[in-house]
Amino acid sequence: MPLVPEIDYGTPASKATDLVTLTIDGREVTVPAGTSIMRASMEAGIQVPKLCATDMVDAFGSCRLCLIEVEGRNGTPASCTTPVAPGIVVHTQTERLKQIRKGVMELYISDHPLDCLTCAANGDCELQDMAGAVGLRDVRYGYEGENHVKARSATGDVNAQWMPKDESNPYFTYDPSKCIVCSRCVRACEEVQGTFALTIEGRGFDSRVSPGAHEAFLSSECVSCGACVQACPTATLTEKSVIQIGQPEHSVVTTCAYCGVGCSFKAEMRGEELVRMVPWKDGQANRGHSCVKGRFAYGYASHKDRILNPMIREKISDPWREVTWEEAFAHIASEFRRIQYQYGRESIGGITSSRCTNEETYLVQKLIRAGFGNNNVDTCARVCHSPTGYGLGQAFGTSAGTQNFDSVEHSDVVVVIGANPTDGHPVFGSRLKKRLRKGAKLIVIDPRRIDLVRTPHVEAAYHLPLKPGTNVAVLTAIAHVIVTEGLFDERFIRERCDWSEFEDWAAFVSEAQHSPEKTEKFTGVPADELRGAARLYARGGNGAIYYGLGVTEHSQGSTTVMAIANLAMATGNIGRPGVGVNPLRGQNNVQGSCDMGSFPHELPGYRHISDDATRETFEKLWGVTLNNEPGLRIPNMLDAAVEGTFKGIYIQGEDILQSDPDTKHVSAGLEAMECVVVHDLFLNETANYAHVFLPGSTFLEKDGTFTNAERRINRVRKVMTPKNGYADWEVTQKLAQAMGLAWNYSHPSEIMDEIAASTPSFAGVSYAYLEEKGSVQWPCNEKFPDGSPIMHIDGFVRGKGKFIRTEYVATDERTGPRFPLLLTTGRILSQYNVGAQTRRTENVVWHEEDRLEIHPHDAEQRGVKDGDWVKLASRAGETTLRALITDRVAPGVVYTTFHHPGTQANVITTDFSDWATNCPEYKVTAVQISPSNGPTEWQEDYEELSRRSRRIVGKLEAAE
Amino acid sequence: MNIRAVAVDEAARIAEIIEDCRQLEGPMLPILHRVQEEFGFIPESARQVIAKALNLSRAEVHGVVSFYHDFKDHPAGRHTLKLCRAEACQSMGCESLAEKAKAKLGIDWHETTFDGAVTLEPVFCLGLCAQAPAAMLDGELFARLDEDCLNDIVAEVRA
Repeated sequence: MPLVPEIDYGTPASKATDLVTLTIDGREVTVPAGTSIMRASMEAGIQVPKLCATDMVDAFGSCRLCLIEVEGRNGTPASCTTPVAPGIVVHTQTERLKQIRKGVMELYISDHPLDCLTCAANGDCELQDMAGAVGLRDVRYGYEGENHVKARSATGDVNAQWMPKDESNPYFTYDPSKCIVCSRCVRACEEVQGTFALTIEGRGFDSRVSPGAHEAFLSSECVSCGACVQACPTATLTEKSVIQIGQPEHSVVTTCAYCGVGCSFKAEMRGEELVRMVPWKDGQANRGHSCVKGRFAYGYASHKDRILNPMIREKISDPWREVTWEEAFAHIASEFRRIQYQYGRESIGGITSSRCTNEETYLVQKLIRAGFGNNNVDTCARVCHSPTGYGLGQAFGTSAGTQNFDSVEHSDVVVVIGANPTDGHPVFGSRLKKRLRKGAKLIVIDPRRIDLVRTPHVEAAYHLPLKPGTNVAVLTAIAHVIVTEGLFDERFIRERCDWSEFEDWAAFVSEAQHSPEKTEKFTGVPADELRGAARLYARGGNGAIYYGLGVTEHSQGSTTVMAIANLAMATGNIGRPGVGVNPLRGQNNVQGSCDMGSFPHELPGYRHISDDATRETFEKLWGVTLNNEPGLRIPNMLDAAVEGTFKGIYIQGEDILQSDPDTKHVSAGLEAMECVVVHDLFLNETANYAHVFLPGSTFLEKDGTFTNAERRINRVRKVMTPKNGYADWEVTQKLAQAMGLAWNYSHPSEIMDEIAASTPSFAGVSYAYLEEKGSVQWPCNEKFPDGSPIMHIDGFVRGKGKFIRTEYVATDERTGPRFPLLLTTGRILSQYNVGAQTRRTENVVWHEEDRLEIHPHDAEQRGVKDGDWVKLASRAGETTLRALITDRVAPGVVYTTFHHPGTQANVITTDFSDWATNCPEYKVTAVQISPSNGPTEWQEDYEELSRRSRRIVGKLEAAE
Repeated sequence: MNIRAVAVDEAARIAEIIEDCRQLEGPMLPILHRVQEEFGFIPESARQVIAKALNLSRAEVHGVVSFYHDFKDHPAGRHTLKLCRAEACQSMGCESLAEKAKAKLGIDWHETTFDGAVTLEPVFCLGLCAQAPAAMLDGELFARLDEDCLNDIVAEVRA
């Protein structure tokens, strides 16, 4: 198996539609107007020598290697910066060009180390390739003159031009002595990533690449996305893994297992060893870009904390005992059957994982529905995007984002609500910033001043810093402005929506109490700012809304989603590129896990369990009778456990103890169960309460598919043997077999075939199809054979779009004298979710601990200084962490992340939840802050419990 | 010029300069010129403030400042003497004049005398090739420079 070939065309593709024909080296070539001669040549299979050009960034014309001659024109223009013209005759190889190129290469090589054999880029060096291509044989200038290569001259003098290697970044090195100053890294940082962390300092011979203002990479503005490393043609910027291991010999295209963007990567391998991850240019979600997590943070897969053998224990106070897989499966099967015999069929259930593949998720819900004989299945989408499912389902008829990520390139106004794309969905964040730099306008609705509000070359037109919990009021006030000022799109509404419902809704939002002047009093959003934002969204051209968990994780999460849908319909921003309603999904496969029937009331494809026809399809397929009553949701399972009616649970790839609200309630629920089975990579926090531990496999160790936030079904491909022995789908299958089910899948493709056969929106999907197309966005069936990049093009899935009244009801979680501040939560770039993976990588250099962001005013009142330990207390509990004083948060609001288990931010969060879907209200908790001198009693007790519950017989205590 | 203000004034003045120039098209160079004019160099703090005000990265401001030799990162002497070293001036003996200037002042290129009186800078073409060799003292041009003239200049800056 070779490396997956990728052609570098040198300059980006032209988007023009008119074609131009020209002749290059005697070959006739037809390309879109505006294409560079370099790209046109490459498309004809003629490679013009080049160093500073690469098709991820715009042409620059600095290396002087790609020169060409055009008949009838003077001189030797650079092919990268010269566009094609009709009928021109181009020569890429003439005697004159050969001489020039050789001369240019001589200059490059006279200031470059000649250590090719021991260089990390040996075999993957464009400078080496070009020296070969131009036939460089000697360097007339010698190597003893001024240079950047040697620390000391032959006479022992210090060479002021030489700079030592910068190894501060944990994942790559910067060796200035190998730099040819082609600026590819600088341009990648600016154009692709949009961080502008790099520059060329000095001029002439003094020119050097400089992170920040002559800083080390780690302390500069660099976010470690690695675009510069990918762009570097030499060994100047090199992955440390390549330095350590060597060049890869084969690569496999697969999908990142972090966030919902679902970036495609080439896993570059040496045997079964992963050398590096390189974003795949043909990946349609990421278009060749990545973030620090996807590209670099895969070290958890081989971390020493990974558990590789199944384990059992009688009581949670006992140490773990390693057992064989057979023993583990037999034990679970007999325990689950015993519990059901003793406490009833409904006394057990399971949780599917948004981290696992579609196929694995499908199997877990099938095991529960067909094997356990009940519908007690739920998934972590419960605690993130369940309101999206409900809200968009009600308004549009299907519960998914309406666009693909490419759509943002056509947006004129982008509204970001309760999301922080540059941290949470970095690759989408970069694509968004690129569009904003080209002139699109941005409206940010967020209590916190997220980076997008103002970051180099991007500035929001409006930032509406609302009080946490007042989303509905703000969005209804925007609707008020749109309706009362007549900014709605009547033609669209009459054609696509129910007009009488619109009239009802319009009357509702027009009421004086919804005017921005009235809502300002409790939302904190100035009325004129809100009016400006509303006008911009309604009349600024293509308006797209992107939203995150800041919308859904509220007691009115579903209402907010409906309010968003209302705005999009009222302004006609649905059904074409550049517009739409786009939930930014948190986890890699949260879309997929919802699609696969992970909710207690829904079978795959969002069909209600009470629907006889759907049930019949699955009953026939699975050979069982299905219960037509919805089962228990996660919070209900825990309630039932505390009451004593729910006794066993199978949890695949989710750490509910850390990620679910009100930690004490979760632990009480788990503690009350008799058989808790945790299937995970690590002894996570939930495993502290488990009786059986089944080791999981990573995304590198299995075949399957993930579905990202744009409904794109991407292939996950196995690149190494599972360290634990079985891929997760095999584990679930073996458990099902132990419980007496006659399953016999030999490959995940067979599971996908079963999904396609039973679920209309997946009818056209198969592994063969994905192999051919790369990826596809559902629905993919007879009606949409090529999938559906944009939904609701000619009409809504449900028929007519539905306007729904969105009455603002303040959350029951209120501030008062005892708890005067509002806590809201979020995440940061380098860590992922509960941190189980990223904390086990070098990413910890960017975020060692969770900090509490607090406004200087609130801090001063409480005598808190930056870096002090503070106690954070709510009605639910208390924890301690260190303060970070910043004006990013408004007075009265505090903010923290939840990446570290020691912080236990969810000890604080309450059990209030969305009225429709039980999605917990993570984003609003009334709290008080006071100075503290260390961890709380709960944190200490919990630390002790964690330590005890990670003991394994015959092994030293697990390190964490 | 050349007298460094106290730190508090520095921040306030830089903010004023930025505010003055903000409306210009491409405001960074005018801002840098005025900061340099006022402080004699571009203080580290100014770079941060300029980056923030113009919504640029630290790297971008650093790239621009480091590109132009005239933007200093430390205070220069009370006077700056620039000697032209371009082709016409070289052909008219500027190199030997430069050596003399260095010896008289006791400093090398880019250095400042101990008493803080003068900083010596090379420059590549002052546009006076017809009257080479040329020099510039604090913005004032000198043509057909010779040793006498150089002595006068040195005496003047040392005064």
